[in-house]
Amino acid sequence: MLREITLGQYYPADSPIHKLDPRVKLMGTFVYIISLFLFRDVVGFAVATVFLVSVVRLSKVPFSYMVKGLKSVLALMAVTALFNLFLTPGEHVLAAYGILRITSEGVKNAVFMLVRLIYLIVGTSVMTLTTTPNQLTDGLEKALMPLSKVKVPVHSIAMIMSIALRFIPILIEETDIIMKAQMARGADFENGNLIKRVKAMVPLLVPLFVSAFRRADDLAMAMEARCYMGGVGRTKMKPLKYKKEDYQGYLVMAGYLGIIVLWGWFGPLVKVFI
Amino acid sequence: MGIIKADRLVHEYIRRDEEGNVESIQTALDHIDLDVQPGSFIAVLGHNGSGKSTLAKHLNALLLPGEGTLYVDGMDTSDGKHTYDIRRSAGMVFQNPDNQIIASVVEEDVGFGPENIGVPTDEIWTRVEESLKSVGMLKYRSHSPNRLSGGQKQRVAIAGVMAMEPKCIVLDEPTAMLDPNGRKEVLKAVHALNKKKGVTVLLITHYMEEVVGADFVYVMDQGKIVMQGTPKEIFSKVDKLKKYRLDVPQITLLAHKLREAGLSISRGILTREELAAELVQLYGSKK
Repeated sequence: MLREITLGQYYPADSPIHKLDPRVKLMGTFVYIISLFLFRDVVGFAVATVFLVSVVRLSKVPFSYMVKGLKSVLALMAVTALFNLFLTPGEHVLAAYGILRITSEGVKNAVFMLVRLIYLIVGTSVMTLTTTPNQLTDGLEKALMPLSKVKVPVHSIAMIMSIALRFIPILIEETDIIMKAQMARGADFENGNLIKRVKAMVPLLVPLFVSAFRRADDLAMAMEARCYMGGVGRTKMKPLKYKKEDYQGYLVMAGYLGIIVLWGWFGPLVKVFI
Repeated sequence: MGIIKADRLVHEYIRRDEEGNVESIQTALDHIDLDVQPGSFIAVLGHNGSGKSTLAKHLNALLLPGEGTLYVDGMDTSDGKHTYDIRRSAGMVFQNPDNQIIASVVEEDVGFGPENIGVPTDEIWTRVEESLKSVGMLKYRSHSPNRLSGGQKQRVAIAGVMAMEPKCIVLDEPTAMLDPNGRKEVLKAVHALNKKKGVTVLLITHYMEEVVGADFVYVMDQGKIVMQGTPKEIFSKVDKLKKYRLDVPQITLLAHKLREAGLSISRGILTREELAAELVQLYGSKK
């Protein structure tokens, strides 16, 4: 049961997107999420679609992988769409039943919200599918470095993240072992109602926590023994360096954001003239 | 002066109750004297609770002496400003391989130590390559440590220490959690480092078989050094070892029993070959 949990969802492939600096991808995802909430009409929507489709194509990740991420938020998407559909006030009422009414604004809102959510998830999964967890941590550390000037412990946060990534498989394995040991002594994790099953988890969690703390203690000692003194004076084995492609990536992003923003301002004007 | 020199080293674990009153004192190290020459292979033997792990932690300044002094590479461990220099010259490998590997890729883990001490990037790469090669793990450099066997993980941990180019490495029961094959792998790697790179090795263990190849052996019991000498000298005193709850290697035991039964076999037989040679000398001519 626990074996099925896979960590991250990195899809190894040799593509220009995979080779981009993680900072570019982080920034790109950020920009893309913002852009999704900037457009209000079909033209903006079309630009975002073209951008997303071409990035997905470039990344060489099969489309089915992207769709997988959507399944888990299907319920959320349905609720959002329904709320928008039935509860948006507007002038052109298409159908009404009690307080529920479908207006043409409601339909438009529902469709746009749905599209935004789908694009949001596909867009972010492009990043997680093309970046290893390690690169992501490194990218975050470097990208957030300016925050360390205001005493945010950026290095420590990144170190915590990468250690967590390293220990998740170990702890999963350990959970499996403890579970089997408890089952051998008659524990039942699979039957009964929800409350019963949650209760059955207690004898699993207690030893797991105890052992996690012991491991943390050992690890801290091992790190100290290897002269770990925090981020100060540390060099990097694999430092992040921008290449020509990364600057191009930033340029493409800026161009994309520019188009969306400009259309947001001038789009309505253009429409007036037409 | 040797690379490690302990002079009447004492360490006590003090247990206090909630008000801070001393509840009990356990003396883990009781006036230990050590003198280790550079380039030698030293083994410290003892059963559980004999204080050998406490001793190991002192050598890396993870614990500080309560009384007495300990010099590592000429530096006093109780002097706070040398702490990191001491950790650079005396690397440490711990018992549980999983709990000392920090990164999720082998080569990044080996690079962790050099990163910490501020080695330039290019040199980190050469050091990582060299130290992975020296323990025979170079072809696993881009693997995840989770997929390696215990022996392999422990060799990665040794490589991680070697990459910091220490003068001395302290191994605190590095094979306790490994299967016999893993144990052999790790010991082979450690012996190779000692012979080829001239690194001083201090191996802490309770497996007698691992002590056989050492230059000098200390036996600890209840925080004291109770026996010291070459493996041959130590293992010739089978009865005394038993008193300290230590078993001798099977072959030594066999030789000892044969001797007790009246055969004229010399004391302190360590290997099968030695015993075979002695037996051939005794009976071979009668063929």
